[in-house]
Amino acid sequence: MRIVHSWLADLVAVGDDVAAVAEVITNLGLAVEEVFTVGATVSGVITAKVLRTERHPDAAKVHRVHVDAGDGVERHVWCGAFNMQAGDVVPLATPGTVMPDGRAIEPKPILGISSDGMLCSARELGLGDDHAGILILPADSPLGVPYGAALGLAEETVYDVDVLRNRPDCFGHLGFARDLAAKLGLPLKAAPPTPAPTGPQRTATVELLAGDRCPRFTSVVLSGVQVGPSPEFIARRLTAAGMRPINNVVDVSNYVMLDTNQPNHPYDFDTLGGGGFRVRLARDGEKMTTLDDVERTLTADDLLICDATDRPIGIAGIMGGQNTEISAGTTVVALETAWFEPAGILRSVSRMGLRTEASARFDRGADPHGIDRSTAQFVELLRLTCPDLVVHAGAVDARDEPHLPVPPVLRVRSKRVSQLLGSPFTVGQIRGYIEPLGFACAPVGNGATSAAGEDLDVVPPSWRPDCVQEIDIVEEVARMHGYGALGKTVPKSTLPGGLSGVQQRRRRLREVLLGLGISEAMPHPFLTQGELERAGLPGEALRLVNPLVVGDDLLRTSLRPGLLKTIAYNESHRRPGVRLFEVGHVYPPSDEVLPAEYEALGVVLAGCDATEAVTMWRELAAAMGWGARLDQGTVPAGLHPARSATLSLGKEAIGAVGEVHPDVAEAFAVGERVAVLELNLSVLLANEPKAAVWKPTSRFPSSDLDLAFVLAESVAAEKLDKAIRQAAGSLLVDLALFDVYRGQGLPEATRSLAYRLRLQSLERTLTDEDVAQVRHKVETATKKLGATLRG
Amino acid sequence: MIEQIRAARDAALASLASAASSDDVRTVELEVLGRKGTLTDLKAGLGRLPTVEAKKAAGQALNDATAEVSAALAARLGEFRRAEREVQLHAERLDLTEVLRAPRRGHAHVVTQAWQRLEDVFVGLGFQVAEGPEVETDWYNFEALNMPAAHPARSMHDTFYVDHGPPGSTVLRTHTSPVQIRVMQTMPPPIYMVMPGRVFRNETADATHLAVFHQIEGLVIDRGITLADLAGTIEAFTKAFFGPGFGSRLRPSYFPFTEPSAEFDIQTPSGSWMELGGCGMVHPNVLRAGGIDPEEYSGFAFGFGIDRMAKERHAINDVREMYANDIRFVEQF
Repeated sequence: MRIVHSWLADLVAVGDDVAAVAEVITNLGLAVEEVFTVGATVSGVITAKVLRTERHPDAAKVHRVHVDAGDGVERHVWCGAFNMQAGDVVPLATPGTVMPDGRAIEPKPILGISSDGMLCSARELGLGDDHAGILILPADSPLGVPYGAALGLAEETVYDVDVLRNRPDCFGHLGFARDLAAKLGLPLKAAPPTPAPTGPQRTATVELLAGDRCPRFTSVVLSGVQVGPSPEFIARRLTAAGMRPINNVVDVSNYVMLDTNQPNHPYDFDTLGGGGFRVRLARDGEKMTTLDDVERTLTADDLLICDATDRPIGIAGIMGGQNTEISAGTTVVALETAWFEPAGILRSVSRMGLRTEASARFDRGADPHGIDRSTAQFVELLRLTCPDLVVHAGAVDARDEPHLPVPPVLRVRSKRVSQLLGSPFTVGQIRGYIEPLGFACAPVGNGATSAAGEDLDVVPPSWRPDCVQEIDIVEEVARMHGYGALGKTVPKSTLPGGLSGVQQRRRRLREVLLGLGISEAMPHPFLTQGELERAGLPGEALRLVNPLVVGDDLLRTSLRPGLLKTIAYNESHRRPGVRLFEVGHVYPPSDEVLPAEYEALGVVLAGCDATEAVTMWRELAAAMGWGARLDQGTVPAGLHPARSATLSLGKEAIGAVGEVHPDVAEAFAVGERVAVLELNLSVLLANEPKAAVWKPTSRFPSSDLDLAFVLAESVAAEKLDKAIRQAAGSLLVDLALFDVYRGQGLPEATRSLAYRLRLQSLERTLTDEDVAQVRHKVETATKKLGATLRG
Repeated sequence: MIEQIRAARDAALASLASAASSDDVRTVELEVLGRKGTLTDLKAGLGRLPTVEAKKAAGQALNDATAEVSAALAARLGEFRRAEREVQLHAERLDLTEVLRAPRRGHAHVVTQAWQRLEDVFVGLGFQVAEGPEVETDWYNFEALNMPAAHPARSMHDTFYVDHGPPGSTVLRTHTSPVQIRVMQTMPPPIYMVMPGRVFRNETADATHLAVFHQIEGLVIDRGITLADLAGTIEAFTKAFFGPGFGSRLRPSYFPFTEPSAEFDIQTPSGSWMELGGCGMVHPNVLRAGGIDPEEYSGFAFGFGIDRMAKERHAINDVREMYANDIRFVEQF
């Protein structure tokens, strides 16, 4: 909302210190985002008449313009715009002028011919965005005078304020003036007196057929209207507030709205069928063309203003129609000022996608009793340009009283106010703060928890529909007292602060991953259908109803596609071999109230094969105290069928380890092998693993036993591993696979696996006999797997 | 005999003096003190001496000679060892700036770094940390937060709706505030909790806004909590997180779920103000939705963006950079 300083100062004498006013406004909860001036003129720019223009044979983009700046001297300027012709009056920046962008005008010659200044566009003068050509000034402007005088420009200071939903009254200058008057203890400009009828009975009738949606609708007929330009101050302030002046009637209508926050609608009375209004709900499918020349199809929930012959002339509170518009020939005006039920307006606005200055005010809640001030002001201001204005007797104030909002009576306890704000407030102080804002207060007490006079019954003013509970009054008191004056205390928590177990374990996991040289990525959590398919993942995923980008509408069910895209991106920037992890949520569908969302870990190692992923899994599992079964018989979707495994805990799959399927890598334009590890962290981080139990280390020497086995390819190394451990028994303190050999000298479809067994006893030095025994046991046990000892 | 001893000694000392390496020294040792060494041989001959006195005298001379030779041996050996170690050390010189490849540590995401620093500061201030789902019901995201259906303030949130359950029932949470309600429902006051997490807004990303970003939210509910407690907590956080030279202030504002509501700004040591986040006293309707009696307990809540903290700290001019996952970006932090 743009608040014009001079306008505000008309309503309450806030003084000239703009920065101070801005600060007071901000501290009242109406955040001033910017203070700027409009209409400031650039000194040194004067009016000049174009005498003639001519092209120069060597200059294609500029031409020569000869002007007269009123002193009879012919001046020459080079100009890059061609929109002027002889006789036009244009702004001439004379040499020495400093333009708003900081540029100084110098007599800069082109092709050896000097230029006596520069002709200016509207944008160059800070008069808007128009830079299509030179600004053409009114033809009757005197020459050689500042262009501002020719345009009737005067400087206005504007506060750009972010008005939030809770202050519908502050979509008008009056709302600001009320707050400032109360805060600063200044008087507020009184409303103009209700205009007495000055002419005979002439009525624009009102028929209310939907009182719940429009409980108050007033009309007054004004004749003697002469449509013409507005007074300079109205046009200037409207412009400063961001509205375009049109004519005196429309401008007054807008001015009154920006002042009182009360929209109103002037109709050409002579075009009003039946000379009156009917307010009714539309019929489903009923059509009407609005002022913006769009035919709109209505529903039975949209409210219509019709003339007395039932012809629709406006969508109530949103936009009027074309047929009753004020035109140059209008002499009699019927002024509608009404109050519409906010939620109904909001529904129509949302349905039609049509938001207007009027609707924005009605759907937040206008003041049902602000109509009178608004009408009086309309008449007062229109009289400035229409001295013969006649206010006809027979004005209508149609009401559906039961549907007019009644401000609530709020019990406000001074103890409660004090308790919530942390400072003692007496009933007197509370009244002192809120009565100037228009809140009516009556002291009471409930006798039980408060003495007589310790509480207040507070009735909010009709323009503050946001105040519906005691807590709203607490905020008013805090606002007027000033938040900064309430002090700063720190509450004493009796609880220990800290991270939860899951959070601590998640941090540990991240540290381990980082230590393993893997960096963290955060890809976008939405996927396209194509990405899901290219990743070879099942097609069931939740869809966004209203995605930002068409097609980018699936909630990911796996972190993998995002990480693969990241690898492809980095490969394309000549960074192959990235090692990345992501800790993030995935959202598989479910039949429950919410999807089966869980936290997952995804690790991708570009340029690595599956064994690297297994190594990472083992390292993480060891660091985190996790265990899981590696099941190569069940290959997770989208992974290499011969190089991947499911990680299971009991019957539950908790992850996958292996390598991305080459088809998938290709589909994601990834050129490298990608080792992958995926874990369900919601399961794995849920419980604190058992702390490791100390195993004594022996002080006796150890003996190493190296054994190479020939084992069929069909038998997993893990089984041999297990058999060795079982057979070697308690003397085995470490077992390591240190060599794998395939090829010459070995039977078909077998490989050699070389293990080093470190044997040690807690009680004694081992003898050759002990070692031989272990070897024998291991040999016997592994034979059952078909393994034979080599060499 | 004594002459022979002295001669052997002198010969040994002379050989040691002219030794050119530790190997020469060891050769001398063998020749003199070894199993068939000159002094060893003489020792064997002691028994053949006729008188006790002669034996005594010769024995004494032999011991002296052996000691003398041993000492010379050790000295020469030490000299050679030092010299040879010297040569070895010199030969082993490495240019420590001539490193082919450094091991690569992993880099945590900048947002994670900011997230954890914030958590740590709040933990230090006595807060616990709670989390919640990113896909939420309309009830938790809006209704319980004093934004019933058709509440005008809902238009302040550009909401992503999820095709799950009845139409309009499921959303991507637009703020971390639904976690407030979940916390209130599961733990009795006192509550001193921060709630970091990912949030979603259906708006086109630009240099300062993202459709998917992160917030941290604080919630305190206890007996007798006041607006001054909120201001003091914000101040304590500001000093702990940004530094002792920083300050803070509250400005009245509006949020449906708090009342009185405020924006909070922080002041840099140079005096300039920066808008940080929103806060306020928890609205009685919200306390009720969380199953807490607003007459018995009061509380405050505050929230702000995590991504912005990372952006400001590292002078990143476009928040979208943080989510491009370009390894050249990731490795900078």
